[in-house]
Amino acid sequence: MSLLTRFRGAALLLAVALAAAAWGVGAAQLAEGSKALEAKSCIRPADDMRRNHMEYIHHDRDLVVHKGIRDVDGSLAGCVDCHAGREADGSAIPVNAEGQFCSGCHEYTGTSITCFQCHRKVPEEK
Amino acid sequence: MSHDPNMDSPEHSQERREFLRNTAIAAGAAVAAPGLLISIASATGEGGVTSDTRWGMLIDTDKCADGCTACVTACDKENGIDLVEQPQGNSDEMWEMQRPQWIRKLKLRDKQTGDITNLPMMCQHCEFPPCEDVCPTGASFKRADGIVMVDRHICIGCRYCMMACPYKARSFIHQNVAEQVVNAPRGKGCVESCNLCAHRIDEGQTTTACQDACAAEGHNAILFGDLKDRGSAISKALKSRSSQQVRADLELNTGVRYTNV
Amino acid sequence: MVAVVLIGLAAAFYMEHSGHHVTGMTNHIVWGLPHVFAIFMIVAASGALNVASIGSVFGGPLYKPLGRFSALLAIGLLAGGLFVLLLDLGRPDRLIVAVTTYNFKSIFAWNIFLYTGFFAIVGVYLWTMIDRSVHQHYKVLGFAAFFWRLALTTGTGSIFGFLVAREAYDAAILAPMFIIMSFAYGLAFFIVTLMAAYWWAERSIGDLRMTKLKNLLGVFVGGVLYFVTVYHLTNLYVTQHHGVESFFLASGGIYTVMFWFGQILIGGILPLFLIYSPAFDRSRMAVLVASLLVLVGGFFQIYVIVIGGQAFPMSLFPGKEVLETTMLDGAIAPYTPTFAEAALGVAGIMVAMIMVAVASRMLKVLPDTLEDPADKS
Repeated sequence: MSLLTRFRGAALLLAVALAAAAWGVGAAQLAEGSKALEAKSCIRPADDMRRNHMEYIHHDRDLVVHKGIRDVDGSLAGCVDCHAGREADGSAIPVNAEGQFCSGCHEYTGTSITCFQCHRKVPEEK
Repeated sequence: MSHDPNMDSPEHSQERREFLRNTAIAAGAAVAAPGLLISIASATGEGGVTSDTRWGMLIDTDKCADGCTACVTACDKENGIDLVEQPQGNSDEMWEMQRPQWIRKLKLRDKQTGDITNLPMMCQHCEFPPCEDVCPTGASFKRADGIVMVDRHICIGCRYCMMACPYKARSFIHQNVAEQVVNAPRGKGCVESCNLCAHRIDEGQTTTACQDACAAEGHNAILFGDLKDRGSAISKALKSRSSQQVRADLELNTGVRYTNV
Repeated sequence: MVAVVLIGLAAAFYMEHSGHHVTGMTNHIVWGLPHVFAIFMIVAASGALNVASIGSVFGGPLYKPLGRFSALLAIGLLAGGLFVLLLDLGRPDRLIVAVTTYNFKSIFAWNIFLYTGFFAIVGVYLWTMIDRSVHQHYKVLGFAAFFWRLALTTGTGSIFGFLVAREAYDAAILAPMFIIMSFAYGLAFFIVTLMAAYWWAERSIGDLRMTKLKNLLGVFVGGVLYFVTVYHLTNLYVTQHHGVESFFLASGGIYTVMFWFGQILIGGILPLFLIYSPAFDRSRMAVLVASLLVLVGGFFQIYVIVIGGQAFPMSLFPGKEVLETTMLDGAIAPYTPTFAEAALGVAGIMVAMIMVAVASRMLKVLPDTLEDPADKS
């Protein structure tokens, strides 16, 4: 009985946390100067992206690495390209820098991002 | 990977593509990494790379010039190897032994005749790669089109592949890496090696960075192409001249061949 | 001991945090001192189980009371070895990947099964030895554990045996050689820890048992020497391998010294002398020293195999000498281990010893008396 009550409490807490993670972080979190600010929408509706972006990236990374299919929409380079903020002088800010698009939300939800231990964090200027 | 099954339906995917294109255009395509964000004609079909192709290389050692390292420099730039910095406090000797190298120049002298041979050495892209055999997680693998590479996402850094490789073609990343190029993600604790510029091939290009650099120097010692396409320049060259595999005794059927060694 | 483990953990954290550039390991010596420690302990682990196996598989009544401690030591040593091996990975945080994605062609992947299976089987085996209510399964598990430990050492030896590219390793004899090495190291570990435990508890061990263990160690050490001889003789017969042989036996600098003085003299000849010389007939000290020497020599042997085998260059172009390279082609690769690597390795041994010490206090693994049975027949 007491176990059930405790479980209910935990579930409630989890639900609140999820809700906060899903809706609490709004469009205001898009990085200053990023292309995403001007875009009509992300590659998928924003709430879908908030919840499932890791799945899309994970799925498409296998396509890229193992099958050589590089025109994927779940491309991390694509994320960085669109979401990297810019300083007033136009130089790009790493997406995982404090308060930037990726880290802002990941810090909020207490989840770590390992992508940028290896992947480029700013758009490639060609 | 448990994602929405609708995602894979053709309509949905079409919709996504359009969506993506519009977003990209709206955002200003000028600075977008070509081929990554915008769907362009891809060298690989919907199913990805196939075994109808086998990428390989033919090195004409007679044309490989003494003292020239253009291929090495080009590779370092193409794959962001030049962005890896010597860790503070590390001696030059240690750095020399720990820094990543995908391609290296060798100068050999025949013990009998004294003949000098110059050649680049890199991953030989074996048909039966020992690195793939020993890798516990399958991170070291051969793509259907014959390119041997490392999936860094599942590499645990055990270095067994480096023990197994007969060519010393692989490098372990011994330190934190601050900056990378998009085409060559790189970070501490994983193993990597030449991937025949897979990103170029997947985007439909037909040359590797080392080949371009060698040609730009006027040497043309490196020829890259499809070993299974009988009409390709490399197939014709292999047919008309005798070439050899390095450590042919191991019967790995390498994708990189050498002439006049 | 706990302090050593903490230093080792700190060393591992330092290595992982800064990257392996703080170690002596390079793109040439990819497996360094931590691997020497790890492989040494993993090999010894399966050998430590011997005493239990002799008790249950081969029906040696004098060995039977020692079975529990033998099984415990085996588990402890394997845990210590894996502790080192795992903390040396480039990405230990991704260990879960080693379980979720699998390459069945890899000996390494098989070893993951072999190691976890070893823990499970030996754990249950230990249980059947301790708990009377499940004692009827004791024999079956004894056999299972015995075959599993053979598979485990074969697997460990095969890690090297299948590396066709490297001249020092490309030999099928490595697998059986690792088995006989495991017999010797494991028994030496067993004798040392048993004597320490009984000295600690102020109990005594009977002469007959001691002599049996001593003679067994002698046979195993002789066996190792035999296999080493065969390995090198076979290599000497093949002209292609003359280079690597002269490297190990004559011109290899530190590796040659380690081979002759460490492996052969300290790990082979001196222990045999201590074991078989009539002058030390009843000397406990001689058995203890012999066991310790076997361990030291064994460590050198693994060092020579692991590091020496990598230091020797692979020949890419036979008949040619290398004038210029940036990858040490044709040259012997240097290696100087750092403190962090040594600390991690020693911590592994301490993990094993602490596990054994704590568990032998909590479980009844050591018989109250190891005096010889009254009716010696």
